[in-house]
Amino acid sequence: MSLTRPFVLALLGVALAQAGTPGKSVIQRGAYLVSISGCHDCHTPLKMGPKGPEPDMTRMLSGHPEGLKMPPAPKLAEGPWGWVGSLSMTAFTGPWGVTYTANLTPDKETGLGSWTEAQFLQMVRTGRHLGQGRRILPPMPIQNLQLVSEPDLKAIFAYLQSIPAIHNRVPAPIEPAATPIPMH
Amino acid sequence: MRALLLAALAAFGLVPGAARTLPRALPQPPRLLSQTGLYAASGVVDARHLAYAPQYPLWTDGAAKSRWLHLPAGTAIDGRDEEGWVLPVGTKAWKEFRFGGRKVETRLIWKTGPATWVFASYAWNEAQTDATLVPEDGQPEAAEIAPGLRHSIPSREDCRGCHGREQVEILGFNALQLSPDRDPGALHAEALQPGMITLDDLVARHLLRGARPDLLSRPPRIAAETPAARTALGYLQANCAACHRADRPIPGLQLDLRPRAALRTTLDQPGSYRIPGQADSRILSPGHPERSTLLHRMASRHALSQMPPLGSVLVDQAAVDHLRRWIADAPLLPSH
Repeated sequence: MSLTRPFVLALLGVALAQAGTPGKSVIQRGAYLVSISGCHDCHTPLKMGPKGPEPDMTRMLSGHPEGLKMPPAPKLAEGPWGWVGSLSMTAFTGPWGVTYTANLTPDKETGLGSWTEAQFLQMVRTGRHLGQGRRILPPMPIQNLQLVSEPDLKAIFAYLQSIPAIHNRVPAPIEPAATPIPMH
Repeated sequence: MRALLLAALAAFGLVPGAARTLPRALPQPPRLLSQTGLYAASGVVDARHLAYAPQYPLWTDGAAKSRWLHLPAGTAIDGRDEEGWVLPVGTKAWKEFRFGGRKVETRLIWKTGPATWVFASYAWNEAQTDATLVPEDGQPEAAEIAPGLRHSIPSREDCRGCHGREQVEILGFNALQLSPDRDPGALHAEALQPGMITLDDLVARHLLRGARPDLLSRPPRIAAETPAARTALGYLQANCAACHRADRPIPGLQLDLRPRAALRTTLDQPGSYRIPGQADSRILSPGHPERSTLLHRMASRHALSQMPPLGSVLVDQAAVDHLRRWIADAPLLPSH
């Protein structure tokens, strides 16, 4: 009995750790999924390098830099030309308004640090901002993310919770001008 | 000890091949509303069920609504938490929406286990004789409610978004909503019809247990300094506080629009949303409706800014007008 008890407790400890904390392989899979599904394309700001625009990995997945104040969105012409993006690839304007890419790092105030896994899954399932609000706006391909399996979504969330937190308050989206440009 | 060990390991999936109990599939809602057992005849709700009307109704584009609750025989509501009644397993609640006198949809909530709920929406047929279960994704543009505007039946995920996920609530059925101390100024209030259940009835019929003893001598009432404030806070409770509440926080938002916290979390708070062209936006700016994002978002039906974000395509102008006056009369707001 005296030998069994520590054994049980040790096993339970391992089990609880496995239940509560994602393993390294899960986080690695999340990193892989984030890379191949293009999350960095918009959520990691681009900077100009010697070979042209390149991801600024010091701001990895932190969304539109709060210090990058955008002037009023350019007036869009009618017709098939429909939207304009910033050089950082973190701000976009179109018939839906102006959107800024979100901070996906685990910063508690400005990123996903205060999110639970369940809230992340709810956001994906509903396609709504914060899982309950407005529809997630273009150009976020939320419809693609909704096709991802639940284990893979959990891996993505685990990876996003494991990366360095960056405090970066992304501006709220801006409504379009009163006269919307027709979609074609 | 061995049994305990195996049980513990099996619970965490560490015993290969161990017989693990798979989650049972949720009961599926029937295909037709008439098959729910809630109706005595075509479109006629069985009189045994409890009809009710909340004192602060939720705005749904001016829809006329009827609401019922079914409690299994011999069960009662656990009323110990006045703001979050716990309903017995087997409870069904359903709400009928009518536009222009025609039934359009009926939404059903069914508690199938201690923490499991089934949500279903039914679209009424042309003959108004029965309603058919709509797909999980809802039914867009189910009925025209104004020229160029159509009512959509929400998805089941949207149902969960408003009613909660783990701790599901029937939003219009609680102590405040059924209080006999009714707010005479409540917006879009519906008169109690004969036979409708009230808080008094629930207590008298032993359908509510554990509630505070003085519930009926001191029925719930929103504490406010003015009648206008009481009405405004009641409106926010019914239309906003299902999502905006501190005990179920939305990540990144500190907003709590339940009556006791609404002013504390909104007055002069900057929020993240900015009113276009308004440099000094606040969630609620006393004396300045034009700066108050809460009012702006209530009055908007742009997809990016409207509040509530779903379930409505028409602005509740009466509510916007009331809240505009209330905010403009800043001295009437209590100090904060």
